[in-house]
Amino acid sequence: MRRVLDIVFPVALAAVILGSWEWTIFHWQVPHYVLPAPSAIARAICANFASLMASLGSTLAVTLQAFAAATLLGVATAIGFSQSRLLERTFYPYAVILQVTPVVAIAPLILIWVGFERINLALVIIATLVAFFPILAGATLGLKSADFNLLDLARLHGASRLQILWRIRLPTALPYLLSGMKTAGGLALIGAVVAEFVAGSGTATGLAWRIVESGNRLEIATLFAALALLALTGVLIFAALSLLEWALLRRWHESAISEAA
Amino acid sequence: MTLLALSGIGKRFASTQKAGGVQALDDLSFAIQTGEFVSLLGPSGCGKSTALRLAAGLLTPDAGAVTFPHGKPEIGFVFQEPTLMPWADALTNTRLPLVLKSMPRREANARAAAALARVGLAGFERALPRELSGGMKMRVSIARALVAQPKLLLLDEPFAALDEITRNRLGDDLLRLWREDGLTVLFVTHSVSESAYLSERVLVMPPRPGRIAADIALPHSRDDRLSSVTIEAQRGINAALQAATA
Ligand SMILES: Nc1ncnc2c1ncn2[C@@H]1O[C@H](COP(=O)(O)OP(=O)(O)O)[C@@H](O)[C@H]1O
Ligand SMILES: [Mg+2]
Repeated sequence: MRRVLDIVFPVALAAVILGSWEWTIFHWQVPHYVLPAPSAIARAICANFASLMASLGSTLAVTLQAFAAATLLGVATAIGFSQSRLLERTFYPYAVILQVTPVVAIAPLILIWVGFERINLALVIIATLVAFFPILAGATLGLKSADFNLLDLARLHGASRLQILWRIRLPTALPYLLSGMKTAGGLALIGAVVAEFVAGSGTATGLAWRIVESGNRLEIATLFAALALLALTGVLIFAALSLLEWALLRRWHESAISEAA
Repeated sequence: MTLLALSGIGKRFASTQKAGGVQALDDLSFAIQTGEFVSLLGPSGCGKSTALRLAAGLLTPDAGAVTFPHGKPEIGFVFQEPTLMPWADALTNTRLPLVLKSMPRREANARAAAALARVGLAGFERALPRELSGGMKMRVSIARALVAQPKLLLLDEPFAALDEITRNRLGDDLLRLWREDGLTVLFVTHSVSESAYLSERVLVMPPRPGRIAADIALPHSRDDRLSSVTIEAQRGINAALQAATA
């Protein structure tokens, strides 16, 4: 029952908002180039369906590649940190600097270095930098959170570092990692959008570029259509990662158990 | 035959409270014979856990030495908390020591199932720790300690967090396992009655820094918690403890 209500209430809210939006535009005769009605946005989606889907595919590809790269790099770095205090002490400050530096500021540099002929790679690198830190932070914390007594027990029975990592540290880290991945999924999309904005005309073909382009042409309905697709993509990424989290943790971890109950 | 000897052990820990650190153990010496059931009794903070972890080789002493005159035996360790992997079922938790030794999975599973059966948990192989009661979790922990067929079993206040009924039942089970396997047991506790009922010998430790204040042999048969012999043993242990803490 609660699950049903979890869906019914937000959907009802959306209906109310869209309805009053439509009515406001109609009643006050708001020009479509200022704010288009939801129906106009829907028409824009239908009219440009094929090209919008192509743009969505392009942005989604960058996002997913960046997310996968950030996950691999973040977990690998965290494992490195967990094996060597020296490594962690040396590199963690730089990871933090990377995190606090606005990536928009270094995006033009990356584009120049990688080159516009390899625009896709440049976009992926920028989005990866944006998504990397939550994965690293989550995995690092998780790998450190193993029960000290359990680690002692493993050592007592002659466990190797690799066995301890695989049998105890990594499973302990899983909930922390998944939580970092949920944050990183949204950030990868933001990173992809920012990268497209910076890359600018002609070279990038994703949804962010469609927003810039339709803004320049005052096709505000198309702009909103691209925006809606971006928001929907973000929601779907979050939902997919939440589902993954639930599937992996539901049997044993408090966070997932209380959700299911 | 001496299985384990600690001689002149000193151990100091760094501390945020005290400059120069905390002297947890100072000149601690005792020996344990093969097949004995020995309790290490003392107030909280006196260094019992430290002594046990030293015996297991999980800590190294600052002074003195831990020796196994006839070679280091296979050791089983039971913590105060069950210390199970929450993501793994009872069987997987129990077989951990065997898996770490790279025993083939089939054999490890068979031995783990047998160990679970010995502690009364047959049929609970697939249960996750969160589905088990406190006493059952402790039983899994004991099964895990026994699965690699240790000669020496070290227990650190294993029943302290359990209710009295469960505690008594587990104590009796521990005695049975000790007799059946010819184990050597070093049992850390802060309960006088538990040490009096379970053990053949009680080592009394004073407050920090830990050493042995009294070594009391209990030559009675362990079959009744309230027999006059057991009660008499409690009196003796109590007196030694009071003398040590005064
Ligand atoms: N890893 C540690 N770091 C710092 N101090 C410790 C550590 N382990 C134990 N101690 C200190 O050593 C003393 C003895 O501890 P412990 O052996 O756990 O006592 P017991 O098990 O008898 O309660 C205590 O004062 C405790 O604070
Ligand atoms: Mg203790």
